[in-house]
Amino acid sequence: MEPFISLTGVAAPMLADDINTDQITPVYRDLHPDYAKLLFARKRKRPDGSDDPDFVLNKPQFKDAKILVAGQNFGCGSSRESAVWAFVAVGIRCIIARSFADIYRDNCLKNGVLPVVLPAGDAEAFEKLVVETDGTAPFSADLRTQTVTAPGGRQFKFDIAPEDRTILLEGLDDIGLTLKHAPDIAAWEQRMQRERPWLQSLSRT
Amino acid sequence: MPQTLFDKIWDAHVVARRSDGRDLVYMDRHVLHELHAPHAFMRLDETKRAVRRPDLTFAVQDHTVASRPGRDDTTNPEGAPFIRAMRAGTQSRNIRLFDIGDPEQGISHVVGPELGIVLPGTTYACPDSHACTVGGLGALAFGCGTTELEHVLATQVIALKRPKRMRVRLDGKLGRGITAKDVALRILAEIGVDGGRGHAIEFAGSVAQALSVEGRLTLCNLTIEMGARSGFVAPDETAFDWLAGRPWAPKGAAWDAALKSWRTLHSDDGAIFDREVVIDCGSLEPQITWGIDPSQVISVSGRVPDPAGADPRHQPAMKRALDYMGLSPGLALEGLPVNRVFIGSCTNSRMPDLEEAAAIVRGRKVAQGVAALVVPGSSTVKREAEARGLDRVFRDAGFAWGEAGCSMCAGGNGDKGKSGERCVSTTNRNFEGRQGQGVRTHLVSPAMAAAAAITGKITDVRKLA
Ligand code: SF4
Repeated sequence: MEPFISLTGVAAPMLADDINTDQITPVYRDLHPDYAKLLFARKRKRPDGSDDPDFVLNKPQFKDAKILVAGQNFGCGSSRESAVWAFVAVGIRCIIARSFADIYRDNCLKNGVLPVVLPAGDAEAFEKLVVETDGTAPFSADLRTQTVTAPGGRQFKFDIAPEDRTILLEGLDDIGLTLKHAPDIAAWEQRMQRERPWLQSLSRT
Repeated sequence: MPQTLFDKIWDAHVVARRSDGRDLVYMDRHVLHELHAPHAFMRLDETKRAVRRPDLTFAVQDHTVASRPGRDDTTNPEGAPFIRAMRAGTQSRNIRLFDIGDPEQGISHVVGPELGIVLPGTTYACPDSHACTVGGLGALAFGCGTTELEHVLATQVIALKRPKRMRVRLDGKLGRGITAKDVALRILAEIGVDGGRGHAIEFAGSVAQALSVEGRLTLCNLTIEMGARSGFVAPDETAFDWLAGRPWAPKGAAWDAALKSWRTLHSDDGAIFDREVVIDCGSLEPQITWGIDPSQVISVSGRVPDPAGADPRHQPAMKRALDYMGLSPGLALEGLPVNRVFIGSCTNSRMPDLEEAAAIVRGRKVAQGVAALVVPGSSTVKREAEARGLDRVFRDAGFAWGEAGCSMCAGGNGDKGKSGERCVSTTNRNFEGRQGQGVRTHLVSPAMAAAAAITGKITDVRKLA
């Protein structure tokens, strides 16, 4: 996995709450879709199929956004990972939200995308700066120092669990990390085979 | 110290603590579906990693399969690549696939319980957010994405941080015609779409205890809509009786040993929950969603809320919902004409669901201009329903009777409505565009959906029954 250390770029505000993964990437009909095109495929369009100029990521100043700023419960709904891959495909690798849906947050961590939740007291001020800046100057997010910096230099500290920070900073191979415990897994299986055999041995009648 | 059921199951499955501080939690059962598994198979090919326990892994074709009778791989042409990649990927890895045409094919969350693959106290992984459904049997489910799926295939564990515990106590006794679906929608109305975020939810209280296993599966199905990844009802004799004799359930001495262990699966008296919610369900009416998230719920006799009186933070979303749904504040939903009715999905497609709906439909006709579709959750349910003549009841009334799968729940198989249509549906998500671009979805119980089909408008089923 690509590590996440820091990034600098335009921050796009999409401040609604409960943006779900059906909206982020509608169900697709192709085994290998163009994930960049899939991102908000429905919300980007007007009913007649043309681009909606009012949709934030369609606005010229946000075309190359690298940070998305969102409301509460971002990424709720379906567990589809395409809803993270699509952001990666357009170069957005940092999402700053009031809160994240549990599965979505995990999917971010598995793809080198930094999910940031600012302390409640700072979130509003930060969002205001993002809206006022309107894409005219870059923000940066640095995982080493756990800070987000606004164009004027104002810094916002954020918390992240140490285990999540390590995974992102080092770009660790999640499966490789777990496979170091292969002997523990095998031992657990053997113990269960003795203690609760119905868990380990399946057969049908 | 008194323990919650959640902690008992979690602790019994922790294999090790990983170097990054996460618990490696063993997954007793893993069920895959064709929309997400093919990508994980490709990644396993690239990294040349094997599936650790194909014998604990099962797979279904559900999301993209057509519901039209006589279907094959290409009846829904867009599903064909997924269906074929699934077949190839499971064959080469020796994973049991419930393929199109298999007499036990169906939606993962229906098939796992009904075949006895999922058991009380087991951990269960599925690359689908509605994995939580199987909590109805007292299993601890973890819905996940594709990378996690690959991780489970390769290691049979998930690296997790322990969530907090929440209990939703459902007091009282349900009135006539009130179902698990109404209860779940009511909980959503009370705690919202992120009320359970970061928690595992135990549903308890007299209402949860009195529900059938199918009702509990319905209730737990909507846990993810509350923002929680796992939700469950402590297993009891109702659950054990339901499981006895199912194809993959333990037999003989193994069953006896399992039963003994399952009887310890409850939260101890005095166990501490991080959050507790109590809801009195005694006077609950049929519930229905009016908006575009599953917490935007009112009682069927209620009126569409006015954003002006709501929490300012919710106002923009409410206005957007009203606009999308073509509604205005203060309007009664009852009497609103409907274009489409869908009975099915992992929420409400099991035998009792179909029976409840059939009881309303029997001897009546679908109203003119309404397209009504019933899709059983599995081929097993379909067969059983046909044996009891339910297919005739629905078909005689003018419903289409489909082959098992997800169908119109997410439109992944091409079954969907047209823009502007009002659709009354037994599914779990009323998100914008989910059942077709511009389709206006109202979530209800199967009986309420049946009532809408018969009258052609949103109807309080209690007036029909
Ligand atoms: S029925 Fe709907 S919610 Fe359930 S698994 Fe299928 S698409 Fe998902």
